[in-house]
Amino acid sequence: MKKRLRRTMLYVPGNSPGMIRDAHIYGSDSVMFDLEDSVSPQEKDSARLLVYNALRSLDYGDTELVVRVNDLRSPQGIQDLEAMVRTGKVIIRLPKTECAADVEECEREILRIERESGLPEGSTHMMAAIESAKGVLNAKEIAFASERLIGIAIGAEDYVTDLKTNRSAGGIELLFGRSMVLLAARAAGIDAIDTVYSDINNEEGFREEVRLIKQLGFDGKSIINPRQIGPVHEIYTPSEKEIEKSLRIMEAIEEAHRKGSGVISLNGKMIDKPVVERARCLLERAQAAGALKEDESYGG
Amino acid sequence: MEICKSAVAGTLESSDAQIWVEPGDGELELFIDSVVEKQYGEEIRRVVLETAASMQVEHGRITVVDKGALNCTLRARLLTAICRAGEISYDFGGRAE
Repeated sequence: MKKRLRRTMLYVPGNSPGMIRDAHIYGSDSVMFDLEDSVSPQEKDSARLLVYNALRSLDYGDTELVVRVNDLRSPQGIQDLEAMVRTGKVIIRLPKTECAADVEECEREILRIERESGLPEGSTHMMAAIESAKGVLNAKEIAFASERLIGIAIGAEDYVTDLKTNRSAGGIELLFGRSMVLLAARAAGIDAIDTVYSDINNEEGFREEVRLIKQLGFDGKSIINPRQIGPVHEIYTPSEKEIEKSLRIMEAIEEAHRKGSGVISLNGKMIDKPVVERARCLLERAQAAGALKEDESYGG
Repeated sequence: MEICKSAVAGTLESSDAQIWVEPGDGELELFIDSVVEKQYGEEIRRVVLETAASMQVEHGRITVVDKGALNCTLRARLLTAICRAGEISYDFGGRAE
């Protein structure tokens, strides 16, 4: 099965008709309609109806659609779920997740709505955003809390406030939180999505951060402006050299298997299982990004 | 449902529509001011009347100031204004389509 890329998740304010209409045309892997922080308390009702009607009417093609609902402890959160689950088209992103019980409560409500509306049980997927010290410390139990979870994300603004610090250029204050979220996601076999970078005019700073989170192992990043899509995709797409090297590794392992050899070597270097696994992952990502032809076999 | 008080939803930004609903005794009155009235006036009228009918709104006055909104936006803004006027939450219940 072709891997679903989540390199870029574009935030779209839920009460902006023009942005909702055009959300998918810029080519981000996912679009996230926001009913939470970008919508004022007085406009929660109108944003909910706007996104609901847009989802029922507009064709967003292959773009993955996500809706960030309000906290389920607020009066708005359940109403958001009532509307968005019924569209049958979106992943529910739960904000400010602090423990497994938050995910479980959301899952119970989603299941109820699926049953009431005749949708297949389990068809609605979820993401959880971790935005506090407590959430980071509970990242593992959150990541394992539901089969519906396709990923977890770190939300840095609330998190650094909770830590009583602020965001720096290098992001040292986020290292522990990012690492916890990433490890939890990997252990649970789901995606890890990094936080937004707010200074849209600082492209070099943005690129620096994308290189960092890619190196840490994140699958992608939440973004706030279409201008941020290109740099992320560029940094995340494997280079020709990397693809070539990975293809050679896969060929070498196939050759060794054919010969019944237990020892695999390439250009005189031992190739062990983790090297093969990394090559396979890189080629999978290259294929999903269109940098590798569908018919190019790599034994994956 | 009866419109008992005035309410408004939406903005005057491009691609949006601002829709007012007000109480009235007689038949439903509809006023449209649109930047694309010539091409889409009839379509806007149809969407607004269908949406009002879906909420059983038969009396009152609806004023649409359209800035190039899609049908789904018109529908959303009118539903919001009607719910605000009736001080109710929109009922999303029922089966998914």
